[in-house]
Amino acid sequence: MSLELLAYCAFFLTIALTYAVIVLGLNVQWGQTGLFNVGVAGFVAVGAYASAILTSPAVEGRFGGFDLPIPVGWAGAFLVAGLLSAAIGWLTMRLRADYLAISTFGIAVTVQLATLNLEGLTGGPFGISLIPRPFAGHAGEALIFSLANMALLISLVALLYLMLEHLAKSPWGRALRAIREDEAAAEALGKSPRRFRIEAFALGGAIMGLGGAAQAHFIGFIAPENYLPMLTFQVWAMLIVGGSGNNRGAILGAVLVWALWAASSALVEALAPAGEQARAASLQTVIIGVALCAILLFRPQGLLPEPGGARRRLPFLSRWRGTPAAVATTTEPDRP
Amino acid sequence: MQGGTGERKDGPGSPRAHTPPVLEVRDLARSFGGNRAVDGMSLDLHAGEILGLIGPNGAGKTTFFNLVAGSLAPDSGEIRLKGVPIERQPAARRLAMGLGRTFQIPRPFAGMSVLDNVMAAGQNQSGENILRNFLQPGTVRREERAARERALALIDFVTLSHLADAPARVLSGGQRKLLELARVMMAEPAVILLDEPAAGVNPALLDVIVERIVEINRMGVSVLLIEHNMDMIARLCGRIVVMAAGRQLAEGTPGEIMANREVVEAYLGEVTP
Repeated sequence: MSLELLAYCAFFLTIALTYAVIVLGLNVQWGQTGLFNVGVAGFVAVGAYASAILTSPAVEGRFGGFDLPIPVGWAGAFLVAGLLSAAIGWLTMRLRADYLAISTFGIAVTVQLATLNLEGLTGGPFGISLIPRPFAGHAGEALIFSLANMALLISLVALLYLMLEHLAKSPWGRALRAIREDEAAAEALGKSPRRFRIEAFALGGAIMGLGGAAQAHFIGFIAPENYLPMLTFQVWAMLIVGGSGNNRGAILGAVLVWALWAASSALVEALAPAGEQARAASLQTVIIGVALCAILLFRPQGLLPEPGGARRRLPFLSRWRGTPAAVATTTEPDRP
Repeated sequence: MQGGTGERKDGPGSPRAHTPPVLEVRDLARSFGGNRAVDGMSLDLHAGEILGLIGPNGAGKTTFFNLVAGSLAPDSGEIRLKGVPIERQPAARRLAMGLGRTFQIPRPFAGMSVLDNVMAAGQNQSGENILRNFLQPGTVRREERAARERALALIDFVTLSHLADAPARVLSGGQRKLLELARVMMAEPAVILLDEPAAGVNPALLDVIVERIVEINRMGVSVLLIEHNMDMIARLCGRIVVMAAGRQLAEGTPGEIMANREVVEAYLGEVTP
């Protein structure tokens, strides 16, 4: 394998792992708690901008430019996105799944429009550039730079994975599963659904924000067009393909769907005539959509299903199929 | 394994002499549109008592349970648990205060194991706080070990040991009722509201359920029991309250209630001599 190819593989995996961080956040919200958040892009954007404002150098006419170290930016992204998610969770957690979806979608669009228009804070349509990149001193050596960033992202994803697995197996994770399975029964057992949902929504949002920050620092530039609803679609596709409710599935889904995205991009580039490249790029979305449909039809629990979990469907699918979204259970006849 | 208020020495069902009510309900009311489902219902449940609550279908018994357990908010009325008003407390808080319930149609967490179902009912667990899982892992581990031991003892108590690791979805209807008993006992309540524990259960398991309710009561837990199975009511309850049209129709011993003309009419319609 040539060094260039190795560097590209490391670059590819680093990008995929930044998505994996975001998908792990969505897995806390949907996979473990059943919260139907279709505003993922908004939370990712908040984290990315928070970290960029904290760590980028000062620019005339724009707030921020504090030039702080990257870890401070990442911590800030985690905190700001978490606090925003907690506030949104506090306002929306009483809503039914479909209304929560509408609300979160609206919030994501609002955030995207805010990044576009709050020029004094976000740089407006021009975005924020000169975001410090980890291991920037090695930027001239493609292989070392890519491998170092990949190692950083592997460490971050591994740390998050271990922490989330620990939480999933803890009494907190057990209470979340109980609430997801039967809210009334869990409440009768002393678990406050509202409290646990807000916590899960805040934690998931914070992790998405961290993912956004990691992406921003790896690329070095952010702009409002990075946070369109397409990002939410990609992240959802990753979780559904990998297996919601399973943290390993979330990571696998991120890598596979990103690989499909990158491969389809190369395919379009190779096959479409030069004048049609821009229009043919839409085929990428079609390919991901078809892959998502295939998974939903033939393996709805994803490639790595939730351990011991029952099959769950997205709210719109359950209505389409005429079955309740909750897990269908069968009562066995009594045995003496 | 301990219940909420200590061992009792007398037989099941009858209240401890000279004890104040552990659960007091006064003039509880709840309407749905123009239908007054519960219409000024009152009752007292004494410490150590198994009180039967019976009535024809549509009498408002389950709505009354839902009001007492906090699943529904009352339009008016008072509920006191050990003298403390609880009618404004959320359902999730009432168990921690000592009031547990089971459901008419059992509601296990189907995808979770029987053991996890029971452990989920533990109260005041440090591990339910995200940060403490990382800041105080030793405390969380210790509490979790103790909760696991207690849950296994309760699963054994309800004769489901062989299914401890099985997902709750494989349980039969009667086994689900037993699981609900174990689950509510995990929270160490002082009062349990049991909603038709015999409904749809085969006779062999029914005996197990009756025995377990007696045992639970012997541990000092007071029980308010909705049941249509009069044989079970007569075996378990020292006193019965009859509900009809959302309010109390009669109160007495099983013998008195079965001889009560108004009660017979409420169940069967007007009786002609």
